[in-house]
Amino acid sequence: MGRKVLVLGEIREGSLRNVSFEAVAAARTVAEGGEVVGVLIGDSVSALGQELISYGAERVIAVENEKLAQYTPDGYSQALMSVIKEEKPGGLIIGHTALGKDLSPKIASKLNSGLISDAVQVEEAGGNLVFTRPIYSGKAFEKKIVSEGIIFATIRPNNIASLEKDENRTGDVSTLSVDIKDLRTVIKEVVRKATEGVDLSEAKVVVSGGRGVRSEEGFEPLKELASVLGGAVGASRGACDADYCDYSLQIGQTGKVVTPDLYIACGISGAIQHLAGMSNSKVIVAINKDPEANIFKVADYGIVGDLFEVVPMLTEEFKKLKVHQ
Amino acid sequence: MNIYVLMKRTFDTEEKITISGGKINEDGAEFIINPYDEYAIEEAIQVRDANGGEVTVLSVGTDEAEKQLRTALAMGADKAVLINIEEDVEGGDQFTTAKVISQYLKDKDVDLILAGNVAIDGGSGQVGPRVADALDIPYVTTITKLEINGSSVTVTRDVEGDSEVIETSLPLLVTAQQGLNEPRYPSLPGIMKAKKKPLDELELDDLDLEEDEVEAKTKTIEIYLPPKKEAGKVLEGELEAQVKELVSLLHSEAKVV
Repeated sequence: MGRKVLVLGEIREGSLRNVSFEAVAAARTVAEGGEVVGVLIGDSVSALGQELISYGAERVIAVENEKLAQYTPDGYSQALMSVIKEEKPGGLIIGHTALGKDLSPKIASKLNSGLISDAVQVEEAGGNLVFTRPIYSGKAFEKKIVSEGIIFATIRPNNIASLEKDENRTGDVSTLSVDIKDLRTVIKEVVRKATEGVDLSEAKVVVSGGRGVRSEEGFEPLKELASVLGGAVGASRGACDADYCDYSLQIGQTGKVVTPDLYIACGISGAIQHLAGMSNSKVIVAINKDPEANIFKVADYGIVGDLFEVVPMLTEEFKKLKVHQ
Repeated sequence: MNIYVLMKRTFDTEEKITISGGKINEDGAEFIINPYDEYAIEEAIQVRDANGGEVTVLSVGTDEAEKQLRTALAMGADKAVLINIEEDVEGGDQFTTAKVISQYLKDKDVDLILAGNVAIDGGSGQVGPRVADALDIPYVTTITKLEINGSSVTVTRDVEGDSEVIETSLPLLVTAQQGLNEPRYPSLPGIMKAKKKPLDELELDDLDLEEDEVEAKTKTIEIYLPPKKEAGKVLEGELEAQVKELVSLLHSEAKVV
């Protein structure tokens, strides 16, 4: 039987984001043999259609209009709703990113439907599609099903494995022209603060600093380590409150929740509120002067020592390792 | 200006979560105003003080949320409304909450609605945008700055670390991100005054809503705690040797680099 499932391919600086490929994989589970259709929205985006197909979408619909060059909830919801009207899908999957979080509830409201946000897993079990999602910032998990209407979910980056890219997959990329009416919010300026390049929520490696970093400059060695590992820099609430870094870096129950492959906590004591944001990382390394620090209870590996000694040494060792690889 | 704040009562961030009978155990737990909603309340008070008008704090839940509503009144909000759905709704979801709130607000004269960008318990961040859509007003989520000039509004929004400066107009719904402001603590006179401020309690009936109109579209079938992490290996020896060992363990044992 199966159902048709739409996937929104999210574009950032001209490329599709990884989470969109993960969303295609999730959509294939939700489709249960039905068709998976990618949707691209922008001013000129159809060229990216083939890549979505090589990750497992069967065809792609590109909605193009110059008013869609930048994301706005009004523009994107009009575009996506026209595709939904045309395709009448039984499922819809979007990445749980800033864009996905902003747009999805509006679509759910228009569809009068449920929405399972921030899913980390989807599986077929007992005749239902069961989504797993963290609650209380990962201190607990819940399993949810859709009891009525379209199966609509946003998925958290880095948790559902995408399919292997296969350039031999083929499919149709069509364009849909839509009329975009008034946009009630207009973006006047974008200030890029996240210059480090790697997005915190999608990073495979996160190097995070706490009060032990002691100053804004104290974050420098952490940035170097992150850069060698191709990772992103994060921070605890303590470091943000002390003004050592921007709040956009904060990881914890207030702040971002991250699940990288490797989390390196430097000078972080490990308050419950911070652990909630990172304890589901695959491997955790703690570096702290205080052997009694709570962070060691959740760490897979710990070094008791001064981060300003340990972190530069680590950076050097990883550099050597990268040369040998 | 008519300002509304959507507020949720949640577990204190410092609480440990335990489960009993398939549900999150609430016995003896401390409850607070959802931290992101606190920013919303603070901002609402500041907007009112600058532009005049009235701040109404609205919560959907059980009568236990009265305590947090009183705290909001003590901070400086003018009125509070509790929509008590305890008797009528079992297992409500974000559709339920948004439906109830928008039904309440739809015949009100609304200029500005503020909410937290996410609640730290359920964590779905849906209710704000859903309510804005139901009321057919624009919204901006995860804001860090709000400037109102007549009916035109300039908002700065946090987008995964970048900032967007957005122009829009009232009526408007915004959701608060950390960094928007520094929420005040209720003062003693504030707490005294709050006792006399109006706190209305409504039920579905008062909103002309039937139970089936707000019935959840999704269902939780299981709640569980993540497997407890075993304490790992704290390395020993010379610092330099520890660092070498760590890199080798991450490479060959954990295979993450």
